[in-house]
Amino acid sequence: MLSRVADSIYWMARYIERAENVARYVDVSLEASLDGPNNPGKQWMPLVAAAGDQVLFLEKYGEGMAARDRGAAIMRFLAFDQDYPNSIVSCVTKARENARQVRGSLALEAWEHLNKFYHYLNSSEARRRAAESPHDFFTEIRTASYMFEGIVESTMSRGEEYHFLKLGRYLERADQTSRILDVKYFILLPTPADVGSVVDDLLWAALLHSVSGYEMFRRRHGRIVPEKVVDFLVLDREFPRAILYCLEHAEECLLSLSGTPMGSFRNNAEKTVARLRANLAYTNVEEVINQGLHEFLDDLQTGLGQVGEGIFETFFALDTQSQHQFQQ
Amino acid sequence: MKLDGYNPGDFYDEVFESIGKPRPSADFLVQTLATMADGELNRRQLAAEKAFLDLGITFNVYNSNAGLERIFPFDILPRIVEAKEWEFIEKGLRQRIHALNLFLDDIYHDQRIVRDGIIPLELIRSAKGYLKACQGLNPPWGVWCHITGTDLVKDADGKLYVLEDNIRCPSGVSYVIGNRQVMKRTFPQIFGAINPRPVEDYPSRLLDMLQFMGQRSGEPPCVAILTPGVFNSAYFEHSFLAQQMGVELVTGGDLLVRDGYLFMRTTRGFKRVDVLYRRIDDDFLDPRTFRSDSLLGVPGLMDVYRAGKVAICNAPGTGVADDKVIYAYVPKIVEYYLGEEILLPNVDTYMCWVPEERQYVLEHMSELVIKTANDSGGYGVLIGPHSTKAVLAEWADRIKDNPRNFIAQRTLSLSRSPVIVGEECEGRHVDLRPFVLYGRDIYVMPGGLTRVALKKGSLVVNSSQGGGSKDTWVLPTEPESQSAPIVVSETQIQSLNGQSQSQGPVTAVAGMAANQAPEAGVVIKAVPTC
Repeated sequence: MLSRVADSIYWMARYIERAENVARYVDVSLEASLDGPNNPGKQWMPLVAAAGDQVLFLEKYGEGMAARDRGAAIMRFLAFDQDYPNSIVSCVTKARENARQVRGSLALEAWEHLNKFYHYLNSSEARRRAAESPHDFFTEIRTASYMFEGIVESTMSRGEEYHFLKLGRYLERADQTSRILDVKYFILLPTPADVGSVVDDLLWAALLHSVSGYEMFRRRHGRIVPEKVVDFLVLDREFPRAILYCLEHAEECLLSLSGTPMGSFRNNAEKTVARLRANLAYTNVEEVINQGLHEFLDDLQTGLGQVGEGIFETFFALDTQSQHQFQQ
Repeated sequence: MKLDGYNPGDFYDEVFESIGKPRPSADFLVQTLATMADGELNRRQLAAEKAFLDLGITFNVYNSNAGLERIFPFDILPRIVEAKEWEFIEKGLRQRIHALNLFLDDIYHDQRIVRDGIIPLELIRSAKGYLKACQGLNPPWGVWCHITGTDLVKDADGKLYVLEDNIRCPSGVSYVIGNRQVMKRTFPQIFGAINPRPVEDYPSRLLDMLQFMGQRSGEPPCVAILTPGVFNSAYFEHSFLAQQMGVELVTGGDLLVRDGYLFMRTTRGFKRVDVLYRRIDDDFLDPRTFRSDSLLGVPGLMDVYRAGKVAICNAPGTGVADDKVIYAYVPKIVEYYLGEEILLPNVDTYMCWVPEERQYVLEHMSELVIKTANDSGGYGVLIGPHSTKAVLAEWADRIKDNPRNFIAQRTLSLSRSPVIVGEECEGRHVDLRPFVLYGRDIYVMPGGLTRVALKKGSLVVNSSQGGGSKDTWVLPTEPESQSAPIVVSETQIQSLNGQSQSQGPVTAVAGMAANQAPEAGVVIKAVPTC
């Protein structure tokens, strides 16, 4: 397949996954803020921080905003701001732009679904809905993403295109889960005195809800204990939004693309993702917490960035100097 | 909808002979529409527009915010073409395209038509579309104009004329197919009863033709469509055709020339391309041969083409036959190469480079349509009767400055067809662009793009100038006698947007029932249940 097409499919999948995750954490914070004690703003700023975009938000909306207005402003910013590159609208726009370039690789339904979703997000109806019943609105975003995934799963041939799509989805998901955890962990464990309180439990539950992992966690670990939550979100091999799960599947996609056997590598993308995966596979949550969760997640994000670079140089930016790549 | 009060006026109308009297070919349609409840037609019109938007059948508007997309305005009242009339059109198009291809091959080889004094050499050389770089080239199978989109119009007396041949990169075929898909959803009952000739096999025929042009033996040829990119106004069409044919849609950046072959960049290295269906103009194809500032093409492409290692469709250089001065010679071209009289005539054309004709044009500008020789898309056209004195004077100066670049034609009274305007139907001028493929043989798609000048009184149908389109229904050769109209009731209305997956559910289901119903005696196992 064309390198450009692979590139577009990969990014299309990443942006859809990103939009879904933004919707997830906005929604969950919204709910948590209803239960929270007396500082609604406290729940919200971390959301902007999660995407690493605090500066832009403060530039646009100012620091002097009253705390009670801040929630709505952040929600607008994260959902609808077209200047903000990681808002839901921006992500879906980019996903659709990429999809437009590769329509031949998608079933008509997949394209049509994404296209309709894009038009909906840009309608006044969507804004009204977000303002009137935000939870329903964010549920719609999540459902639209599920639906896209479902159409792809039931219509797309398991060829290169499919592997690039999944690769994008899993890498983005690993990255997003790490960001949500990073920010929340920092907020959730501010003082040792808070540990064990009722609010604490609610907030940890909210974190699990934000990755739709509450029920799965309960079945796996029972009581909500911070270490177990970290274990579940980082090192679980069965929960599909856990980082290790995502990395294992991303590696599988890369190996399918090149036909490389498991446990070896043929290019930089495979090498970096395998190292990252092994790093998680051969550790445990105690080690992670002793190292410092933030430091651990920060390294992980750097590693994910290197995987992205490896993919770029291996598949998207071919080296014309290398003779063996020409097939007549 | 009040079609019974529709007044065709002093024009040739495609649907009505006179007030309340539909043409026989449209009688069934008109009667069936009359059974619809008030507002029903409007509802279906809106649903059809929504369907285009959801499907992403849109075009980009130049000179506006990047990414601004519009749907191509669409009117759900179909244009109907009788089987007999179509037969004639098809014959006429085959003749014309056959002759034009012979002309192109001659021009780029011996130029017998020039030596025999039919066309002056000077006109060929000065045609903007004539490419010296193509002299002596032999495209596969001697075919130059693989894809043609001829513009046909009807005058007040109902006679057909060719307005333009469009043998460079004609666009619009994706709208023909898109219109058809939406119409099947819009009027499933009427469609099923009338059973127009299908157009949906165009992509298969296009692929057959393109693969036929691939010269490599052994492997099936690799075909790609070359697009200027996602911001081009016809991008939807490029991606649609690539998708329908299952070939790669490439931009200049995806391609490169190496060791005398054309390659595309893939995730598994560089893959050879054998046939390029290019949707960019000649000028931009190869910055080493043509415009050096082109970023859309591929450096060295023409060398590969010249060596016969890639086929380019349409062949570079076809533009010479699209020059409007050369167009004036098409009747002579047909006679010269085929020894036949032309079936589909030209509109009478005055060539300004001939002094007497120029004099006539300058004296009668306010009655004529004046065109520059090389523009398309509705640009470079002056409609004399609709122009102010100042504009006429300006054009007169331009003609005197460069007579070779201008022609003039009698202002036709283009035929009209009813379109939905608010709660009423009004007549609007239409043309017809059928698409023709030249490969192993010549194929004429039954129907084509009916373009409508939506602005009241306007004669310009181009989409860039506020034009829209209609589906074109060519009646089957043996029309089934269907005298009683079907009554279309509210309950039969199907949601156009609710079930987006199916394209034309009613016909599809009907077809399945006919083809796949188990024959008597075949026992099919029951589905297991718990």
